[in-house]
Amino acid sequence: MAKSIDVSGLNIYYGDFLAVQDVNVTIKARAVTALIGPSGCGKSTFLRTLNRMHEVIPGARVEGDVVLGSDAIYGPNVDPVEVRRTVGMVFQRPNPFPTMSIYENVLAGNRLNNRKLKKADADAIVEKALSGANLWSEVKDRLNKPGMGLSGGQQQRLCIARAIAVEPQVLLMDEPCSALDPISTAAVEDLIHELKTDYTIVIVTHNMQQAARVSEYTGFFNLKAAGQPGHLVEFNKTSKMFSTPEQESTEAYISGRFG
Amino acid sequence: MTTTDASPRVGRRLGDLLFAGTARAAGITILIALAGVATFLIVEGIPGIVTTQSSAFAGKASFVSYTWPLVFGTVLAAVIALLIATPLAVGAALVIGFYAPRRLATPLGYMIDLLAAVPSVVYGLWGATLLAPKMQPTYAWLADHLSFIPFFAGPASATGRTILTAGVVLAIMVLPIITAICREIFAQTPALHREAALALGATRWEMIKMAVFPYARSGLVSGVMLGLGRALGETMAVAMVLSASSAVTFNLIGSQNPSTIAANIALSFGERTGVERNTLIATGLVLFVITFIVNFLARGIVARGRKGS
Ligand SMILES: Nc1ncnc2c1ncn2[C@@H]1O[C@H](COP(=O)(O)OP(=O)(O)OP(=O)(O)O)[C@@H](O)[C@H]1O
Ligand SMILES: [Mg+2]
Repeated sequence: MAKSIDVSGLNIYYGDFLAVQDVNVTIKARAVTALIGPSGCGKSTFLRTLNRMHEVIPGARVEGDVVLGSDAIYGPNVDPVEVRRTVGMVFQRPNPFPTMSIYENVLAGNRLNNRKLKKADADAIVEKALSGANLWSEVKDRLNKPGMGLSGGQQQRLCIARAIAVEPQVLLMDEPCSALDPISTAAVEDLIHELKTDYTIVIVTHNMQQAARVSEYTGFFNLKAAGQPGHLVEFNKTSKMFSTPEQESTEAYISGRFG
Repeated sequence: MTTTDASPRVGRRLGDLLFAGTARAAGITILIALAGVATFLIVEGIPGIVTTQSSAFAGKASFVSYTWPLVFGTVLAAVIALLIATPLAVGAALVIGFYAPRRLATPLGYMIDLLAAVPSVVYGLWGATLLAPKMQPTYAWLADHLSFIPFFAGPASATGRTILTAGVVLAIMVLPIITAICREIFAQTPALHREAALALGATRWEMIKMAVFPYARSGLVSGVMLGLGRALGETMAVAMVLSASSAVTFNLIGSQNPSTIAANIALSFGERTGVERNTLIATGLVLFVITFIVNFLARGIVARGRKGS
């Protein structure tokens, strides 16, 4: 189910503006990869190229290749909609659909794939996804209540449940905990730990401790200089990144001597 | 110290007071104007309702039998207009907002907005002299082939100046306002929810169904109701297009068509005097009440939509 991602020679543009330059990296399957770096260096931009969400912004485009398992997702005959069905995404701010119940929110992706979902199958998917997102026990008695009625942390786990309900091959998370309190953050981090046995996970975070806690691999993005495109400075095992990084700027950033 | 502190605060309070006063005055003015119109319609209208002068009802027995066909025609024309205009407006707003490349979307938007700038008398001329004759063959065909549907019972009007033609003209007239409101509310759909749908692998249309329509529903209703208000009150175009009698019929393509309240007032005001005029004013009161009811209903729907979301 989980697949690795091979990125080569990736340049990412907003119109004429080159936001991220020449990324080459291999993201391992069934592992958590954290992306860190200062604000504006292109972490979110890069993440969104992995499920072709980048191009929904008018004028946005990429050059280079991203290969998921053995499929080039930017190949000429690839439908971005199909890519997004196999690469799930969780956003910085929880975004359950406001008019849908908790139950329907979880099923939103499945309903796209399969209109005539049997009630029993649907129930099973909802329970599995919500259990997978550590939310089942909290909401099982109010599945038909609106998803917006949950707390922020619960909403975020609902969004994770929605993303894993379609059993994607990869799960992308863009600062999934930045709008959450420490307890909800811990719940989501535990969840990430459990999910990595089944999924390839890429997570953007500003929180070094979080990167160190949840990930096996870490990529450090930085700007070459102000006004220059972002690039991937270093990619390594997290343990190495946080003890003996190869690049000086990585070390400076991680130890907080950044400027 | 208190004095130096107090003076700027007093200044600010004065500004607040001024603003609150102006706002309140504006609100009260609107209420007074509304009350004035209502009072006028009631005071001037009642003599026209209770009168025994038969010429006031144009040969009809009572005010009710005089006004009922007009109410029927008014509502029918407006409903036809909305049935045509709403899907067109929603479609146009979707194309402009989500499908057309920006190069095309902007001029398209301007063009639809421009439709609102055309005076209604021009629509009337266009409808009566160009559209109606062009529609006539279609009506003849409908009467020949689909006459089992009550709406197309026929016989077809020879001029094409039917309630359906009036409805089409009205539809074009209300199209810009509904489109503008739809565009506005579609554009306000939070990017967060649009991206949530896209990231799940929704196509553009699925994204619109999942994230845009649920969010836009109540705004859509207000837009349609605004269009309805305009269609109910539109005078000139209907007066010119429609060849009216006082029939009450769902046959949309025949030569016997109900008139609308507004068009009837415009057409017969000149030839009426005394209490006959009061009767017309009373029909105006009825239109006023209908518009009010429509607005209240719309508010109800919008409020319920809010609760649901
Ligand atoms: N929609 C957009 N249109 C144009 N430029 C954009 C857009 N979104 C981001 N950018 C630019 O791309 C660059 C990278 O932005 P990005 O959001 O990827 O940074 P980030 O690393 O995620 O930052 P943060 O940590 O603050 O989220 C920035 O220079 C930003 O201004
Ligand atoms: Mg970001």
